Amino acid sequence: MNLLSVSNLHVNFHMKERELAALIDVSFTLNRGERIAIVGESGAGKSVLGFSIVNLIGKPGYIHSGSIKLEDKELTSMNARQLQAIRGKRIAMIFQDPMMTLNPVLTIGDQLVEAIRNHTKISYKDARSIAIEKLHHVQIASPEKRFDQYPHELSGGMRQRVIIASVLLLNPDIIIADEPTTALDVTIQAEILQLLLAICRDNGVALVLISHDLGVVSKVAERTLVMYAGQIVEEGPTLEIINDPQHPYTQGLLNALPQMTLPGQRLNQIQGSMPSLAERPSGCAFHPRCPYATQKCKQQQPDFIYSGVSSVACFLVEDMLNEFADHDQEAQ
Amino acid sequence: MVIFILRRLLQACFVMIIISLISFAIQDKLGDPVQQMVGMTVSQQERDQLRNELGLNDSFLSQYWRFAQGAIQGDLGTSYYYKEPALDVILDKLPATLELAFSAIFIIIIVAIPCGVWAAIKPKHPVSRLIMVVSSIGLSIPIFIVAILLVYVFSIELNLAPSFGRGETTNIFGVWESGFFTKDGLRHLLLPSMALAIALMPIFIRLIRAEMMEVLQSEYIRFAWSKGLSAPRIYFKHALKNTMLPVITVGGIQAGTLVAYTILTETIFQWPGMGFLFMDAVNRVDTPLVSAYLIVVGGIFVVTNTLVDLIYGLVNPTVRLASHGL
Repeated sequence: MNLLSVSNLHVNFHMKERELAALIDVSFTLNRGERIAIVGESGAGKSVLGFSIVNLIGKPGYIHSGSIKLEDKELTSMNARQLQAIRGKRIAMIFQDPMMTLNPVLTIGDQLVEAIRNHTKISYKDARSIAIEKLHHVQIASPEKRFDQYPHELSGGMRQRVIIASVLLLNPDIIIADEPTTALDVTIQAEILQLLLAICRDNGVALVLISHDLGVVSKVAERTLVMYAGQIVEEGPTLEIINDPQHPYTQGLLNALPQMTLPGQRLNQIQGSMPSLAERPSGCAFHPRCPYATQKCKQQQPDFIYSGVSSVACFLVEDMLNEFADHDQEAQ
Repeated sequence: MVIFILRRLLQACFVMIIISLISFAIQDKLGDPVQQMVGMTVSQQERDQLRNELGLNDSFLSQYWRFAQGAIQGDLGTSYYYKEPALDVILDKLPATLELAFSAIFIIIIVAIPCGVWAAIKPKHPVSRLIMVVSSIGLSIPIFIVAILLVYVFSIELNLAPSFGRGETTNIFGVWESGFFTKDGLRHLLLPSMALAIALMPIFIRLIRAEMMEVLQSEYIRFAWSKGLSAPRIYFKHALKNTMLPVITVGGIQAGTLVAYTILTETIFQWPGMGFLFMDAVNRVDTPLVSAYLIVVGGIFVVTNTLVDLIYGLVNPTVRLASHGL
């Protein structure tokens, strides 16, 4: 059984005049100990997807339909109390900006200990020693001292380590990391990423890494989902996706990496920008920015098909596959 | 910490000098003390002589210097009406006013925090809408109308609480006349403290609601949810403490408004406190008493704001560091 299976998930934003679709028919699975990445530009719905797994989408967003299953437990139909038992204990989250994630008026120790004691009945002393052990685990020097400090006394990288320690407290099955390194400076980014990777590997924790940075993704994730305008447009093994991207959007994202350009040249970019939820284009949502768009792309939604490399939703790939199939038939 | 307090003391001295200047100027420019002291039959010559004896013909600065020297030693002049040291007359009435103010603050705290928090957590709930409507009405009705309405409803119509005076008081430690320890005293406290609380309550309810709503949007609250914490813990441990930071600051500033409102409240309820005394003193042109009142109230204000800053430092850990560093 899959550890996590999301199927046909629709998330809407309930606005005054109308409903806006933030996630459309999103399906994916996650196995125990597997590391997957969700990539896309800002506004693609990556974070909404991450938050909707534990039903923490901020208002006015809500899960319209679909199913999210943790093993055999349906998360979308759980009440608040049942969800609380899942959050932190089985599915933990790491947020983007470590400067904003810790409560400024509570000590590091307070925030760690409460997380443990919230889910298990143990004494403060035992909880404290677990917390200090985990702080040690994420390579924080003199954890006893840090335990009594307030967040503002720690640097950004250190805070992100504290946050990683706090999600490790209860040995969760899944960690959802929403852009965990974006707000950190480059030298710290690599350290935090290494730490996260090591922790997931050593403890068999499954990871959902949400990122816009394909460089980061390639180092960590085994499988990658590419999102555009609330839909998954391509899905496959990270290596395949990076070496042989099928969807024009994925190709564009890869081309936009600074490594793809010679020094001194202008960086490549995908023309145009992500449409807002209210102005979703017809047909394939990417068609206004796609260099290969045809009349068909403007009118119809492409289905998900397996290209031999990855699963992809694009007429271009579909047509190509059909041609190959025709050739094969002719050859026979 | 020590340096912080020292710095505050220095600021307090500066503020007190300004207040004393203003209150002395009032004493100097308003009314003629000689006219207040002597009868109609006293001749102009005798009046002039008295002016000279009292030093009223000296320059403003040398008169102020004399006043300031006295003030430092606790001598704020003698009340024309009571023929007693003005400070003693004021301090005699201090317990009544402080008890009224504390009761009002107590009511504000136990009502405004739950109302503000509730209105922030459930902004669309009918009760929240009611809280907001009532608080905007409260914000726009002047305190004397509220007070008169309270008297009409609770005292005259329902006969639940007395409408004037302090009732029975007990003397504690020989210096403090308290109404907290007798049933009659508490009953008398009810309406005035309610009136005072209602006047200041709306701003706190609205402030707490607005701050709490903002805090609830923050990342650290979302993170707290993602840890699986229960709703009460998130609201009252994670959110409320952050909400209270700006509320404490505003509370310190509102202490001034509270003092101003005690004058009105005490006048309406015939509450024998400093505010009531002040109104009498103004009517009688008892200028030493008026300036003594201003100085005492100024002192209370300075002390309150210093306390508020200290409390703020206790709640907000980032301030504590600053006071170490400087």
